[in-house]
Amino acid sequence: MLGLNKKDTSLLLIVVVLTLFAPFILNPFPEGSAMAQFNAGYPDLMQRFVIFGIFAIGFNILFGLTGYLSFGHAAFLGIGSYGAVWMFKILGMNVLPAIVLAVIVAGLFAVVIGYVSLRRSGIYFSILTLAFAQMMFALAYSVLTPITGGETGLQLTLNDPRILGASQTAGGNIPVPSLFGMEMRSSTDLEIAGWVFTFNVGYYFSALIMILAFYLSIRIFRSPFGMMLRAIKSNQNRLSYTGLNPRPYTLAAFVISGMYAGLAGGLMASMDPLAGAERMQWTASGEVVLMTILGGTGTLIGPVLGAGFIKYFENIFSKINDNILHQWFAFLPDGLEDFVVFIIHPFIGKGWHLTLGILFMLVVIFLPGGLVEGGQRIRKAIKGKKADDTETAKTEPAE
Amino acid sequence: MDAIILQILNGLDKGSAYALIALGLTLIFGTLGVVNFAHGALFMIGAFCAVTLSKILNLSFETIDPNKTDFLGNPLKVKTPYVESWFGPETGAALIDWSVPLAILFSIPIMLLVGVIMERGLIKHFYKREHADQILVTFGLAIVLQEIIKYYFGANPIPTPAPDAFKGSFDFGAAIGFDPNTIIYPYWRLVYFMFSVVIIGGVFAFLQFTTFGMVVRAGMADRETVGLLGIDIDKRFTIMFGLAAAVAGLAGVMYTPINSPNYHMGMDFLVLSFVVVVVGGMGSLPGAVLAGFLLGILESFASMREVIDLIPGINQIIIYLVAIIILLTRPRGLMGRKGVMEE
Repeated sequence: MLGLNKKDTSLLLIVVVLTLFAPFILNPFPEGSAMAQFNAGYPDLMQRFVIFGIFAIGFNILFGLTGYLSFGHAAFLGIGSYGAVWMFKILGMNVLPAIVLAVIVAGLFAVVIGYVSLRRSGIYFSILTLAFAQMMFALAYSVLTPITGGETGLQLTLNDPRILGASQTAGGNIPVPSLFGMEMRSSTDLEIAGWVFTFNVGYYFSALIMILAFYLSIRIFRSPFGMMLRAIKSNQNRLSYTGLNPRPYTLAAFVISGMYAGLAGGLMASMDPLAGAERMQWTASGEVVLMTILGGTGTLIGPVLGAGFIKYFENIFSKINDNILHQWFAFLPDGLEDFVVFIIHPFIGKGWHLTLGILFMLVVIFLPGGLVEGGQRIRKAIKGKKADDTETAKTEPAE
Repeated sequence: MDAIILQILNGLDKGSAYALIALGLTLIFGTLGVVNFAHGALFMIGAFCAVTLSKILNLSFETIDPNKTDFLGNPLKVKTPYVESWFGPETGAALIDWSVPLAILFSIPIMLLVGVIMERGLIKHFYKREHADQILVTFGLAIVLQEIIKYYFGANPIPTPAPDAFKGSFDFGAAIGFDPNTIIYPYWRLVYFMFSVVIIGGVFAFLQFTTFGMVVRAGMADRETVGLLGIDIDKRFTIMFGLAAAVAGLAGVMYTPINSPNYHMGMDFLVLSFVVVVVGGMGSLPGAVLAGFLLGILESFASMREVIDLIPGINQIIIYLVAIIILLTRPRGLMGRKGVMEE
């Protein structure tokens, strides 16, 4: 179907089903129950899942296929956001032109930065991309304030021209981003016997785009172009000796990956129309690296899993506090309960980054293939070694 | 003229910090071949050694002074640090005042230990893996170390003052024949510069003039052959890692009075130090030091008002800009050796 083989089609279908039914799947606990805090089915978080999913899919096209580790990818995300917000300011609140502009601008920057950075490989490439991203962050934060809004970020105002739309709504408010009249933030609640499921326009819009992005990434992985990128990763010298110049291919991969990041940035601005320089900082670039590695570098589904995993647990861990811990461990004797809570305390709430750092180290040390490899290992252990042939949903890491 | 001298002086203290961190990074890279993204975290841990020592020295107990009352009329509670009651008020106060220089002694064993544990416990297992994996695992470690510090010390910068004796500024202009008060320079920054020169000199002397250093240099050139000669080179490289950690830590200790330490200072310096290493030339110790001072001075020249008026924002990006130009025109860096990290 759609030019995919059976394995990839089923993988795509799984992703489609998961994203379209996410409001149900992510809300397994009834409203008001003690476990309701583990629900993730609210629009803001679901949007973040898919948007960072797109970002990570794009990053994976570069890092997973060619092995070039970019430490400045968030720059494109930031540029995409700025581009989209400017489109909202100038043209109108329709998200389509904003996203298109975001992708184009990010792509242009990626061409320039990629052209320069890809002259080097290995750690030099990482540092060059890092240097570019830091430079752009510093400029966006200070000198370019008229364009980027500086420290406060770029925001919509009532005085923006908005040629194709109204500068302000009838009520005198700033209009909200919409797709031909469908407001991104509007949602419908569906109540079924204690469960509340929220369907949000913005989420479904982003989810459809993510499915498209995912489909595109499958096609890239399976294309001769993808094969060439993998050849670059496994042995660039040998590729050069066969008379092929690897640079156009790496540049294409870099630009595609930068455009994915721009798309994610544009979507981010469409959900919440403001853009700040901190989106470009190198910690943000580190985050997408974490997502991709955690999920599984070079696999199709890995980056999406990693993005979902990190965003979900970031949200959950930040919510847990000592009181909740005391409730959980109430069955233990008092002294032991306090001790357990004391031990866990640094890892929850604000300590989420500590947990993330430890988790990330463990993954890099013991499970270089990320969650996908973990899943494969578990499946092998359960089914025995013969199960390899029946593997359907997962693909092997590109080595 | 005086403006130029002033900018050079201003660049020296930042340049010293860059040079010290870059020196440690290069030591680790040259000996173990590992790209250590956690080196900034070591710098930060050093700074927090100084914070810890000053907190320990300031531990106090409360006594009630019956002769005095506070503004509510209750007997006044007087806090006396333990060190003052043990060593007498004067010695105690001096100890507290000099907590930052004292932290040098305090931090060396700690940093050596941290470095050795890091190398034996984690980095050792990554020699055979790709550079990307090394970057990633040390990046993870940097996050963990930074978050641990944040957990114990909070997210706000903690001011740690220099001893009173160094609080003022030195009228450099008057000393070299300019008008007074044209070139003034805080004493502590001068101390920092001297200190870094001593440390850098010490490291080079150690490598150049001791048998241990000679073996290490031989190991940097050809690890396998040195191993075949029956020398336990791994052990010496571990010690070098500890030494590099100690250098970063000392840079951090002495930096605390210049900039109040916070948990992400390491990351801020790390990114720049990597750029410094690349500009200096991967694996070249003199290159790292030279590039550290050069970029520090360049940065301070770029922050001059005249330059900013000419090219706005140049002070923010000058280092990265230089790095990009150097990498593209002279990929080996200023003093890089042939065959190190080339493809």
